[in-house]
Amino acid sequence: MELKDKLIASFIAFENKGSVDLDSAIHAIRTKAIQNFEEEGFPSKKDEEWKYTNLKSLLRQDYSLFNKKDNTVDYNTIKPYLISDIDSYNLIFIDGVFNSFLSETTHDESDICVLSAALSKPKYNILIDNYFNTIAGDKNSLSALNTAFTKEGAYINIPKNTIVSKPIQILNFSTGNEKEVLLQPRNLIMVGENSHVQIIERHQNLSDNCTFTNAVTEIFVNKRAIVDYYKIQNDTDNSSLIDSTFVQQKQHSVASVNTFSFGGKLTRNNLEFQHEGERITSNLNGISILKNSQHVDNHTLVEHKFPNCESHELYKGIYADSSTGVFNGKVIVRRAAQKTNAFQQNNNILMNDGATINAKPQLEIFADDVKCSHGCTIGQLDESALFYMQSRGIPKKEAKALLLYAFGNDVIEKIKIPQLKTIITGLIADKLGVNLGFDL
Amino acid sequence: MNKYTEDDLKKELETQEYEYGFYTDIEADKFPVGLNEDIVIAISKKKNEPQWMTDWRLDAFRIWKTMEEPDWSNVNYTKPDFQALSYYSAPIQKKQLDSLDEVDPELLKTFEKLGISIGEQKRLSNVAMDIVIDSVSVATTFKKTLAKKGIIFMPISEAIQEHPELVRKYIGSVVPKTDNFYAALNSAVFSDGSFCYIPKGVSCPMELSTYFRINEGGTGQFERTLVIADEGSFVSYLEGCTAPSRDENQLHAAVVELIAMDKAEIKYSTVQNWYPGNSKGVGGVYNFVTKRGICHDYAKISWTQVETGSAVTWKYPSCILKGDYSVGEFYSIAVTNNYQQADTGTKMIHLGKNTRSTIISKGISAGHSHNSYRGLVKVAKNASNARNFTQCDSLLMGDLCGAHTFPYIENKSASSQIEHEATTSKIGEDQLFYCNQRGIDTEKAIALIVNGFSKEVLNKLPMEFAVEAQKLLEISLEGSVG
Repeated sequence: MELKDKLIASFIAFENKGSVDLDSAIHAIRTKAIQNFEEEGFPSKKDEEWKYTNLKSLLRQDYSLFNKKDNTVDYNTIKPYLISDIDSYNLIFIDGVFNSFLSETTHDESDICVLSAALSKPKYNILIDNYFNTIAGDKNSLSALNTAFTKEGAYINIPKNTIVSKPIQILNFSTGNEKEVLLQPRNLIMVGENSHVQIIERHQNLSDNCTFTNAVTEIFVNKRAIVDYYKIQNDTDNSSLIDSTFVQQKQHSVASVNTFSFGGKLTRNNLEFQHEGERITSNLNGISILKNSQHVDNHTLVEHKFPNCESHELYKGIYADSSTGVFNGKVIVRRAAQKTNAFQQNNNILMNDGATINAKPQLEIFADDVKCSHGCTIGQLDESALFYMQSRGIPKKEAKALLLYAFGNDVIEKIKIPQLKTIITGLIADKLGVNLGFDL
Repeated sequence: MNKYTEDDLKKELETQEYEYGFYTDIEADKFPVGLNEDIVIAISKKKNEPQWMTDWRLDAFRIWKTMEEPDWSNVNYTKPDFQALSYYSAPIQKKQLDSLDEVDPELLKTFEKLGISIGEQKRLSNVAMDIVIDSVSVATTFKKTLAKKGIIFMPISEAIQEHPELVRKYIGSVVPKTDNFYAALNSAVFSDGSFCYIPKGVSCPMELSTYFRINEGGTGQFERTLVIADEGSFVSYLEGCTAPSRDENQLHAAVVELIAMDKAEIKYSTVQNWYPGNSKGVGGVYNFVTKRGICHDYAKISWTQVETGSAVTWKYPSCILKGDYSVGEFYSIAVTNNYQQADTGTKMIHLGKNTRSTIISKGISAGHSHNSYRGLVKVAKNASNARNFTQCDSLLMGDLCGAHTFPYIENKSASSQIEHEATTSKIGEDQLFYCNQRGIDTEKAIALIVNGFSKEVLNKLPMEFAVEAQKLLEISLEGSVG
């Protein structure tokens, strides 16, 4: 049976299994979402937005949709993936199921807990009605699919005037107890006026079995709030991830999403910013370092609808072996969005023939008093710089790594959590196959 | 100083009539409307074509019937009804002409109105011209001078008769019949166009030029240009277009094929000034053109275009850089005003080693118009040391228009260097103020700034066209809000 049919057939079983009231709003949203998915189906290469990313091989697998049993892992297994030397709130999901034993949640200063609880308890009803699925909508079939099977994920609600004292880590693990598994985590994040929060998100497969994650995150950033979001994607070669993140910003807010893609068989990041007010700043940063036959597709959309907003986009890519990188950045400036500053930059290095980069930096501009630019480059390391370093006794491999590190440094510098910066530099050194013996 | 306000500018713009909008009353031999195999055969018969050509056309027609009209471009228009068009319209009185004196005086007047009187051209300038009105080539000047050098420059219909071996070998070799909807349609029904062959090692002593005009209403113009530059030769080729004002939308679907053999160079310049429709967006020409060139070793193809006309433009002059060390260039200015829509750009396909390409595209949009740049830079795995530089700048005038860029970059070679940059801006108030302050009125200042903005491309045009193009830019933008 094809995956699409299987999913549609399982929907009723899923609905019955859950404890959701059939009269509730969430039931209606799910039903509509599955209908949308049924109409649209999975995107194919004919779809312009999916021109460079083919899901075919991914969809051929026979995924298990529901856990047959609850799986547990101990702290030592997950420790390497956790930034353990900082105090943080942790939300740990094992095969899509929340693990309260490993997690650290709170209801004190803010609600940092899980979506399943929020969906089932009446006191959250009003927030769910007002926010859930309002920006993810059913625009694309994959987020519709996620909506239809929404069950678990992070639920973060920061009230106004709150600076969350420590970062929040959201970790999704898959244990590989099933041969092929489809996970659909769903995160809902609401940040109140004048508040500040830092969030780190990671998906990790703990086995060599095949995992396909279709994640959706909705982030609401209220007036003057600041949100820093970090995505670490360094999964095994059998794991694929389609991540759709939707950010809605109100006036004077600042939202930054940083994506670090170092691994995984196929990674697709859909990142969408919607503006609902003036003087908003949106930052989109990313580094991809790929090898083997890994594939990363960064799809971003920033829609400027109000005047005096800014967006800054910076994506760097280093591609080796037969890996493929895709960058599709779209900036739309609507007629009302005068005095917009929108910058987009995409730099790529191909390490050898056989690696591929497909870039499509798009601008659609309907307002005249704007400053918009995009730049896209593809090139190599500077031979003379390499020679210079070698002539000073730095071995070629290290010299290359240093240059590549410097290439990505613009993005690394934007990380605001020092411990995270150390971890990312470590990961980069690891990817480049060097041990520099000092902290970069 | 006179107070020249934006409102004045606007008013002047609205009253700015299309300068070339006249209709020449020449009796025309026109086919019944509609398209079927009989019409294709009839066109072929009319041209007295050999059997292989008729078969080629029919084959293209059959392919066309299976194709669907593309709609991926960023333009909106009512699709033309292909059965409501007449596919052949020729000015009557076509017998072999020996000198220009025999040309219908009505026709000569048309050219005079356009400021390109052939007689004058012949005397004063050094340009050989092939003029195509409503799809049929009416006069080719300087044929003899060219023949001395061994250069063949004639209407393609004659070339089919006189040099069938060349035409048969190269037609459809760069733009195959199956390429796209309009190319297939053109292959089936093209009525005339220009053919040019430059022999080995010859540098063409003068600019070759084709001038297109749609005269008759309800017709489509489908011309086909084939330029072959043999080893080590050089040619500079110009193309100009106009059409009279009409309420209906006329269709122009041309195919241009360039073949640059080893070490040859082709410079192809276009000034496109089809009727753009009136200020309400009624009428105007649909310009759906397929232009492509192939470069062999060390060859160079350079496209330069100034697009000011047409209601809808859909055009991507491309270079296939097949040979090692070949060079492709694309310089474009696209100006849209009122309700015009342009979706234009280029494709640079790097296949050979050490190939280079440069793309400079300047888009200027005013009024309610939309101007898109859509380009592809593709570097194949074996195209080592490929180099591309792309720059596309847009200038917006007023807040009702749009400027869009859709660049595609596909690279599989690690030794390639590709740069792409794009900017969007408006004419700065400080720039205008600076000019005003020095006694240059607003309108002149705009012209000055736009000219400076487009300079990089205008410089690439041959002399004769550069002047015309500059004038066209001014006309198209006169009165746009700064």
